Amino acid sequence: MKLRNDSQRFGAIAVLFHWLVALAVIGLFALGFYMVDLGYYDPWYRKGPDLHRSIGVLLFIAMLLRLGWRFISPPPAPLPTHKPWEKISAHLTHWALYLLLFVAMVSGYLISSADGSSVDVFNWFSVPSVSGHQTGLEDTAGLIHYWATWAVIGLASLHALAAIKHHLFDRDDTLRRILGLAPRTTTHISNDTHNPS
Amino acid sequence: MLTLLKKTTVPALALLLSSMAFADQPGGTYQFDKKGAHQFVTFKISHLGYSWLYGRFNDFNGTFTVDAENPENSQVTATIQTASVDSNHAERDKHLRSDDFLDVSEYPTATFKSTKIEKTGEKTAKITGDFTLHGVTKPVTLDAKLIGYGDDPWGGYRMGLEASTTLTLSDFGITKDLGPASETVEIIISVEGIKQ
Repeated sequence: MKLRNDSQRFGAIAVLFHWLVALAVIGLFALGFYMVDLGYYDPWYRKGPDLHRSIGVLLFIAMLLRLGWRFISPPPAPLPTHKPWEKISAHLTHWALYLLLFVAMVSGYLISSADGSSVDVFNWFSVPSVSGHQTGLEDTAGLIHYWATWAVIGLASLHALAAIKHHLFDRDDTLRRILGLAPRTTTHISNDTHNPS
Repeated sequence: MLTLLKKTTVPALALLLSSMAFADQPGGTYQFDKKGAHQFVTFKISHLGYSWLYGRFNDFNGTFTVDAENPENSQVTATIQTASVDSNHAERDKHLRSDDFLDVSEYPTATFKSTKIEKTGEKTAKITGDFTLHGVTKPVTLDAKLIGYGDDPWGGYRMGLEASTTLTLSDFGITKDLGPASETVEIIISVEGIKQ
């Protein structure tokens, strides 16, 4: 498997970015959902948010690198079997996911830094506040964070369902490509050869 | 010309002096000095039983009426905007505004209206009133102290009071468990009123 994308297939770097981001996004959502209802004496009461903020900042960096890589090494062309409406909706979903991820990450950061304090990323480094102290910013950013993250999960579910549909019903290589697997060669072609036409 | 001026100035001055003498009485209605921020609603709650956490409400207003002859007929009312809670930590403030605590979208204000004032000393009194917090109204008694009063340097007349009380959070339907040392919160209200 090559590192770079080519016109037909995703390279290892794009595949790795995709699944790393998917894992982080689902993990962050689950953790965020769980941690906001923890009791004050729960051992995760502090650990949960610390982890959530740290991974969130790292995801932001990963997403910048991923976007950069997308320009250096553009993704392969859509499969020829994809219908025009599938191409359009897939592209819209991809770009909406990118946009909403950035909205979610930035709004999350603005909650924690709305009093002018920095955001710690594990014990490695900390990101200073850009807003400084802004009265009520944590509430506005909190509302945006809540809805943007739900929207990300909604769109990601749609995106995953579409991939499963391509794999199971259309029996094409959409999902295999992003898993870094070789295109399927057998069934389709052999069936076609039996067609009387 | 000069004598004419003197003739009209003297009675005007006398009138002014007499009105100033009248204004020297502490009795009257006072508006909290919100604009000048000579007012503070501070709260104090134990953290784990190990330290004190202080916070405040930045946005509130109120009035008090002082009956100089009969202090027990005095009155005080105040309204606090609960969303203005400030504990110097954005994430905590956001949490305090949520439905775990103040639930500010449901209950945007907390109010106090005195029902009884009982003088306990030269400069102290017990102020009992209806306090509404988190949608729950309960009688609360504040230990109040008159700090001082008199003319200010800018032509007004001011009076300052400080009062405090301890509330049990669960009495007001705030039941989030913060541990056994943190079931009560002390409220300290320090205000300066400008006579209207």
